Amino acid sequence: MGTRLGKQTLRLDSHPVIQAWASIAGAKEGNGPMGRYFDEVIQDEYFGEKSFEKAESKLIRETLAKILMKGNVSAGDIQYIFAGDLLNQCIAASYGVRESEIPFFGLYGACSTMAESMILGSLMVEGGFAERTVCITSSHFCSAEKQFRFPLEFGNQRPPTSQWTVTGSGGVLVGNSGSGPRIVHVTTGKIVDMGITDANDMGSAMAPAACDTITAHFTETGLAHDYYDMVITGDLGIHGKNICKQLLEENGILIQEILEDCGTMIYDTEVQKTNCGGSGCACSAVILAGYLLDKLSKKELNKILLVCTGALHSPSSIQQGESIPAIAHAVGIEMIS
Amino acid sequence: MKKIRTKQEYVEWTQKIAPKTHKLKNMIMAFITGGIICTIGQVILSLLVKAGMVKEDAASLTTLLMIFLGAFLTGINVYDDIGRIGGAGAAIPVTGFANSIVSPAMEYKKEGYIMGVGAKMFLIAGPVLVYGIVASIAAGILYYIFTINV
Repeated sequence: MGTRLGKQTLRLDSHPVIQAWASIAGAKEGNGPMGRYFDEVIQDEYFGEKSFEKAESKLIRETLAKILMKGNVSAGDIQYIFAGDLLNQCIAASYGVRESEIPFFGLYGACSTMAESMILGSLMVEGGFAERTVCITSSHFCSAEKQFRFPLEFGNQRPPTSQWTVTGSGGVLVGNSGSGPRIVHVTTGKIVDMGITDANDMGSAMAPAACDTITAHFTETGLAHDYYDMVITGDLGIHGKNICKQLLEENGILIQEILEDCGTMIYDTEVQKTNCGGSGCACSAVILAGYLLDKLSKKELNKILLVCTGALHSPSSIQQGESIPAIAHAVGIEMIS
Repeated sequence: MKKIRTKQEYVEWTQKIAPKTHKLKNMIMAFITGGIICTIGQVILSLLVKAGMVKEDAASLTTLLMIFLGAFLTGINVYDDIGRIGGAGAAIPVTGFANSIVSPAMEYKKEGYIMGVGAKMFLIAGPVLVYGIVASIAAGILYYIFTINV
């Protein structure tokens, strides 16, 4: 059974294993610097479906199928699936897992959903309530634009602090046995709202939440600041990462050298014109299930702290003048021989 | 070392270090893009007048043709690129207005012709229409009052 280390952090003493993982990404992501790490790159933004929402559901469905195949298990072997996305009522997740008949928890943590699902999935395994769980998320540029911003063909300019929603889906199979990267610590974030009201500047909104969770993680675990090979935030983007670095330094957490951000890694921001970088649930999900777990399994990385960041606003809350509440959840993943 | 910031101080600090818009570049691009669109309109108008059309009729037909052009370029996925480069230069001419109506109509077609296209078509242009009409009513009332007094 796990051990509570503090207000937000738990140590999972059985070290649940990430047995398999899979990622599918869109064409733009496929053309980016991380393109070769994804299991599949789809060229058609409709993915053979009639709408962007259906395409996003299919992303989840296909990624789930890949995870099961790579883990050499069937849907009946999975006790729980934790899934979420950015759409209203989380329809990409619920339609995506509709036919699987796996007991399902739908989550909304905005872009922090990948870490949120992994925390819950690994706790189910740690607690002995499940042998295997699947944690999976998706986002789609076109459906997210429709949900949060303007129609695709509307000729507007994107502000320099804006980010580009990643099209894709990534997920992991967490189990109680086998070999592979293991989940050792989980830190659940709390909502931090520093008063940012600009929905085109989510980096500024989320950076304090990331800093808060990272600080809590190191304080409560007592781990040395150089314990991890990489501390990687979800989608702070270039601007948010700069802010986070400075906030961490002010908190006395000296990890500036190892701090990375999935949002700044996924695109060539200058060439692909993505302003501050990538965002969306899939941003951290495809980097984790594409790049990071690959590097861990090859022992090129041994210990990482994944800190997925989410902005928990809606178009209505922004129009009503509310500021953006942000959250960050952290998962410590290690290769233990 | 720990620095305590109020929310206001935090917002001001993040705005100060945020990447900035290239104002001069955007203004020049808006000037060129808007200029090209207006020049196309002027060429159409001059040609129609030269072909023997009355100037008022030619002006109306020019507007219609420019609206068609904006809608057409939106339909073939070109106007969003013009808008990205030209900014207000592409948004303010009537071609931009056409773009603001056609783009949501295209996007929401999947939700059907009634609740999709019909209901969402004025998602962006709606406020312009509402306040444009309100302003024209106010102007009409003022005009009426002043012409009675004279």
